[in-house]
Amino acid sequence: MFGDYEAQRHWQEVTYNLPLQEWYFNTTDNDLNYWGLDYPPLTAYHSWICAYIAKIINPDWVELHKSRGYESPTHKLFMRTTVLVADLLVYIPAVVLYCLYLTDGSSKKKVSTLLCFLLYPGLILIDYGHFQYNGVSLGFALWGILALGLGWDVSGSMAFSLALNYKQMELYHALPFFCYLLGKCIKVGLMGRGLFLLVRIAATVLATFALCWLPFLSDPSQALQVVRRIFPVARGLFEDKVANTWCSLNTLIKIRSILSGDSQLYLSLACTLLAVLPSSFRLLTKPTFWHFKLALANSSLAFFLFSYQVHEKSILLAALPACLLLNDLPLVAIWFLQASTFSMLPLFLKDGLLVPYAVTSLAFLFLSIYLLSALDHCSEDELRLGAYNKLFFCLPRMDLARIVRWKFYISVAVMAGLSIVSVALVPPPHLPDLFPVMLSMAAFLHFFGTFVYFHVVQFSGPPSRKSQKKNN
Amino acid sequence: MAAPADSGCWFPALALGVSFLKCLFINAYHSTDFEVHRNWLAITHSLPVSRWYYENTSDWTLDYPPLFAWFEFGLSHVAQHFDRNMLQVENLNYASPSTVLFQRLSVIFTDVVFIYAVRECCRCVQVRKGSRDVLSRPSFVLAVLLLWNFGLLILDHIHFQYNGFLFGFLLLSVAKHLQSQHLQGALLFAILFNLKHIYLYVAPAYGIYLLRSYCFTQDNKDGSVRWTSFSPLRLLALGGIVVSVCALSFGPFVAMGQLPQVLSRLFPFKRGLCHAYWAPNVWALYNVLDKGLAVLGVRLKLLEEAELPRASMTGGLVQEFQHSVLPSVSPSVTLVCTLLSILPAVVSIWWRPRGARGFLRCLLLCALGSFMFGWHVHEKAILIAILPLSILAVESREDAGIFLVLTTTGHYSLFPLIFTPAELPIKVSLMLMFTIFSFTALRKLHSGQRSLLRPVEVAYLLGLVAVAIACEVVFPLSPWQQRLPFLPLLATSVYCSVGVSYSFLRLYGSLLRCEDKPKQL
Repeated sequence: MFGDYEAQRHWQEVTYNLPLQEWYFNTTDNDLNYWGLDYPPLTAYHSWICAYIAKIINPDWVELHKSRGYESPTHKLFMRTTVLVADLLVYIPAVVLYCLYLTDGSSKKKVSTLLCFLLYPGLILIDYGHFQYNGVSLGFALWGILALGLGWDVSGSMAFSLALNYKQMELYHALPFFCYLLGKCIKVGLMGRGLFLLVRIAATVLATFALCWLPFLSDPSQALQVVRRIFPVARGLFEDKVANTWCSLNTLIKIRSILSGDSQLYLSLACTLLAVLPSSFRLLTKPTFWHFKLALANSSLAFFLFSYQVHEKSILLAALPACLLLNDLPLVAIWFLQASTFSMLPLFLKDGLLVPYAVTSLAFLFLSIYLLSALDHCSEDELRLGAYNKLFFCLPRMDLARIVRWKFYISVAVMAGLSIVSVALVPPPHLPDLFPVMLSMAAFLHFFGTFVYFHVVQFSGPPSRKSQKKNN
Repeated sequence: MAAPADSGCWFPALALGVSFLKCLFINAYHSTDFEVHRNWLAITHSLPVSRWYYENTSDWTLDYPPLFAWFEFGLSHVAQHFDRNMLQVENLNYASPSTVLFQRLSVIFTDVVFIYAVRECCRCVQVRKGSRDVLSRPSFVLAVLLLWNFGLLILDHIHFQYNGFLFGFLLLSVAKHLQSQHLQGALLFAILFNLKHIYLYVAPAYGIYLLRSYCFTQDNKDGSVRWTSFSPLRLLALGGIVVSVCALSFGPFVAMGQLPQVLSRLFPFKRGLCHAYWAPNVWALYNVLDKGLAVLGVRLKLLEEAELPRASMTGGLVQEFQHSVLPSVSPSVTLVCTLLSILPAVVSIWWRPRGARGFLRCLLLCALGSFMFGWHVHEKAILIAILPLSILAVESREDAGIFLVLTTTGHYSLFPLIFTPAELPIKVSLMLMFTIFSFTALRKLHSGQRSLLRPVEVAYLLGLVAVAIACEVVFPLSPWQQRLPFLPLLATSVYCSVGVSYSFLRLYGSLLRCEDKPKQL
């Protein structure tokens, strides 16, 4: 499997055998065209540690040049174990602590939330099936969120800086963190304690970055090369079929051919900023944990939908905030999480993961709806949809709960139908990409709908007295 | 509150959850038993009935009773829609993706019998007053211990067998007896041993129990048998049921005069005392003692090394072998030992019947006794003791303690069956999950002053963990891997036989000490 699996193995080979100065450069020993390192330094250090252990077990696995394309059952077990160990050390403790301390309800509800959080199919299939280390970066981000929720702002910012230094895609979450912390400092009082807090946070962030980049800071060209590798701007507006606005728009109007490369960049930048600013501004004015969670969801969705060169796996960055909302808005969270898994189906099919996809999706849907009683908590108040009624006051009053439930059933049926059709049928010869395109358009509609919904919830007034205690 | 609104909903959720888990194992490692069943599908589909028990193109000849052959015949009609090529007898070791999918799905679907049986067993378990929380009800704990049983999961869905289907019949028959529907129980048992004759090991328990408690309708005041209350009608009904099921199963073969051939296929005594991997029973300890004495004898110059037979008990093939120091064991000796070991249990339910639960205890002892002393026992047979013991474990404190020791030991002894690197995390994590659940749930169910396990048992189980780490992690990376490859199997067998023997003796103790009032039927 010459994909991400080989890329990770190759990075272990490179980081173990070559000196640090050569890791991000194109040298005779390090061919950057063959899976060159394109993540920040923490990933490289992690690969180095894994390579060290690999060398002890079997040196053939990380032999320079000779181990390209190496595959054996024991090596596969080793690589998968590294993912599991990383998850056990970083991601899973964060999830457990979040569910125990920052969700409310009885202990049984907390355990149910925990189970559903861990059972999210998208992360399991990508990390363990496709092979990546998203659990580490998402885990660090979750530690940051956890710390911020408990009021430990400095530790939270340190954890999030670590997440950023592991995968640059965590920038999707950076704006909410920034706005929340800034908003909190302003609220406490920009003269005095607020300023002190701000200075401490800034110092922590700078120190963490400096610590991670220390070996590369000795030579400015080193640091610049790393930046060049992690932010490649030479690619196009989107690649392959991804469920965001540009790909969906491309089916109607061929943007990629109409606009030039630079104007595509500026257009996506402008749209992303436009999409992200409202929710961030709201968070700045009302820096509560509830708004922080919603802003995380909104910001990552905005980036996914409108940004430049987005991969389908980036939906995981929006899935994490959705998982945080499993306790508060169960139905919509489960719906979105299922849609996100569904959107990655072409990737799973390429990896031969059809059966795990089907089983984990069905299990997730059944168990989460059963454990969290999602379909029972559909009333207008629980879904925070009071705003919709205000907007559509001219239309006759309808039973919102029933409508939402039916929409959910239809949506799940559509997703199931498209999944089966993608697998069972052969597309017509003049439209070879019919099914991936239909799939990504369906997913796009779900994501856009969720984007609008989360905005409505974030901007609606304080909830009714019953659920008042949910906010802090 | 997020607790499920409908209190009866937890059973379907558990059943559905475990079925999803089973689907994930479709592409995992499967053993030669997969080819065995594919071969039987081919034989029953492609050949006429008269050739079924004569066919030997493949090494894996049909050695289950005819009712199972009919079952495979039925499955083969569904199989032809998946992949016709698997039904050719000549296609040895054929394992296309459709074949694998069909076979795995057939196991998952036939498990519906097991799920139904578990539902019936949960209904028989006494409801504890005042426990409104679903998770601490005996029926919930029993359902998890049975549906999510680690041994059954890895044997059926990784190693590949139809144990779930067969155990469904056994547990359903037990449940019927617990509900006092004895004719149905007898019918189910008759079907069961016509599906797999290994269950004849527990036939004495059925026979004596039904004779004593069903055919004699009343007891004297002190619990002894009242000879006058014998009901020939009931005996006739039972006999009729058993004979008619056997006739249905063996009938065609008796009509064709093939009975001796069928019996010789069903009871092959050419195989050795122990399977290639020794089941953790008395003979494993016997073998080790023999080997130990031989080595000691050579060291102390009491024996000549050249005189010792070149025993290959630990080799991969199942051949007959001789013991070097201790007397060799023949099939008849094992039969006598087995009968002697189950005699006290059987006599006890004749003498002082203790109702259906006494019968269940006797059934367990028959299963364990035949496991301990039988000829060519597979380690998989430990499940015949573990699954019914779960029913007793959720009701009685002492049985829960025995259950924990027997189950953990028995499940660990199944580890060598799944030896591929990819399945190592699966078996370790499933085992841990099941063991942790069984300990915590049973402890909560039987909360009291004393703990469930005695100190010596706790020490034994901790030793089991050490053996596990040594065999799975330390040994493969050590230098002895090449010279003594059988060492981890040996260590596992011997250590587990100690645990199984201990549980056997404790179960006997609990049967003989139990002084319940004899029940009327």
